[in-house]
Amino acid sequence: MNSLLIHIIQNEWKSLLRGKWVVGYGLIFLVLTDTLLRFAGAGAEVLLSLTNVMLLFIPLVGMIYGILYIYQSREFVELLLAQPIQRKTLYKGLFAGISTPLIAAYMLGIALPLGWHGVLVSNTIAPAVMVLLLGAVLTLIFVALGFFLGLWFYEDRIKGFGFTIVIWLFLAILYDGLILALIFMFGDYPLERFVIAVSMANPIDLARIIVMLEFDISALMGYTGAVFNRFFGSSLGIITASVMLLVWVSVPAWAGLRLFAKKDF
Amino acid sequence: MIQIKNLRKSFDSKTVLNDMTLDIPAGQATGLVGPNGSGKTTLIKSLLGLVKPDSGLITINGTDLNGNSVYRRDIGYMPQIARYPESMKVYELLDFIKKLRDQKPVYEDELIEQFNLKPELEKSLRVLSGGNRQKVGAMVAMMFDPQILFLDEPTAGLDPQSSFKFKEWVRREKENGKTVVITSHIMSELEELTDHVVFLLEGKIRYDGSMKELLREHKDARLEAAIANMMEESTS
Repeated sequence: MNSLLIHIIQNEWKSLLRGKWVVGYGLIFLVLTDTLLRFAGAGAEVLLSLTNVMLLFIPLVGMIYGILYIYQSREFVELLLAQPIQRKTLYKGLFAGISTPLIAAYMLGIALPLGWHGVLVSNTIAPAVMVLLLGAVLTLIFVALGFFLGLWFYEDRIKGFGFTIVIWLFLAILYDGLILALIFMFGDYPLERFVIAVSMANPIDLARIIVMLEFDISALMGYTGAVFNRFFGSSLGIITASVMLLVWVSVPAWAGLRLFAKKDF
Repeated sequence: MIQIKNLRKSFDSKTVLNDMTLDIPAGQATGLVGPNGSGKTTLIKSLLGLVKPDSGLITINGTDLNGNSVYRRDIGYMPQIARYPESMKVYELLDFIKKLRDQKPVYEDELIEQFNLKPELEKSLRVLSGGNRQKVGAMVAMMFDPQILFLDEPTAGLDPQSSFKFKEWVRREKENGKTVVITSHIMSELEELTDHVVFLLEGKIRYDGSMKELLREHKDARLEAAIANMMEESTS
């Protein structure tokens, strides 16, 4: 059982690396990190800029990659399912096989320049590691969402891609603005709990909040972070947000698994 | 022996398999015939567990199909459309399938030789011609020497020589006591290869019996005419 999983993951790694696509993805992060470190020195600003890019980029790439894989590999997945292998094993193998190379590319792309600029040994190591981990978790979440959307709109690719873009736009770009608008409109009411609940519904927001709390700059990066900080305090805030992020990892992945297990291919 | 009892499947509101009951005899070749959309592929996919029936029971070699996967160790499947990850090389695909099945291939070298695949092994599947991809599909289905073969439009993209060799191979497998299920629109091919015919129409079985019997019944020398007759009878 386990060796099957490993064979599938190995196979995906091979395919992805040969596609060179994932290497380019890592290189983008590498060049970006290196450039930032050269221009802005090794301070917290660099990690914050990286976070901002990562929060936009990873969800988009993860989702597109996940859904593209489902659409491009239809016949191949059918052929694999015709072999003596459990659907759940195949799904887990494909999911791990797609998401771990993306995670590795991202982590290497950031960690290498951080390493040669000496950031990983300085006192900013804790936030740096946090940014790395958050990127990994976001990759898992959004590849799972991509898988889920691909399976859900199996026959209708236009719809699948449409939803992918809309979800990304909504979560990565519009969400904060919408919350702000709501707060502005209902400013006379106590909104703290509402704001906290709403930020928990968005994994990108959660990741942002964790970084803000870690750097203790909540006031700098939006309203939701400030509310989070006031409500939970720094460390409890980070723990709460992290737990919610883990929920976010498991829900789409589990939903995709269920869909995959029941689907007609 | 493959037993199908009261199998039903609809996609959205379209009924594809309508209360189908069928025994596919072991050790023989069975041809699945029917117009486009009559349910042939859905039936094969149900037998493979790719499509989940709404109701009904399928038993293959005494095992009920209910989400288990072990029974597929005895099955080789050659799909209608052969598309694989583009950057994968032919030998890598074969290796991967070997690892997944955890079985030693029996006919690997022989099939490579038969289908002239040796010069293709190092190529990536992207640059392979349609026919060669089809041959790779045939290899994946047959190299493990499975007891049951499902072949969905197997010769559609093959050149005459490969098609001939392929049919020779299937005939040999049949003589070795394999259960073979073939769908095809080429009636002469089915006539050559199969001893048993199942004619599907709108998700129902219109005819299920031996090839000889069918030809005798319709006083036709050819299967194509017999099938055409039956289709006309059922539309009128």
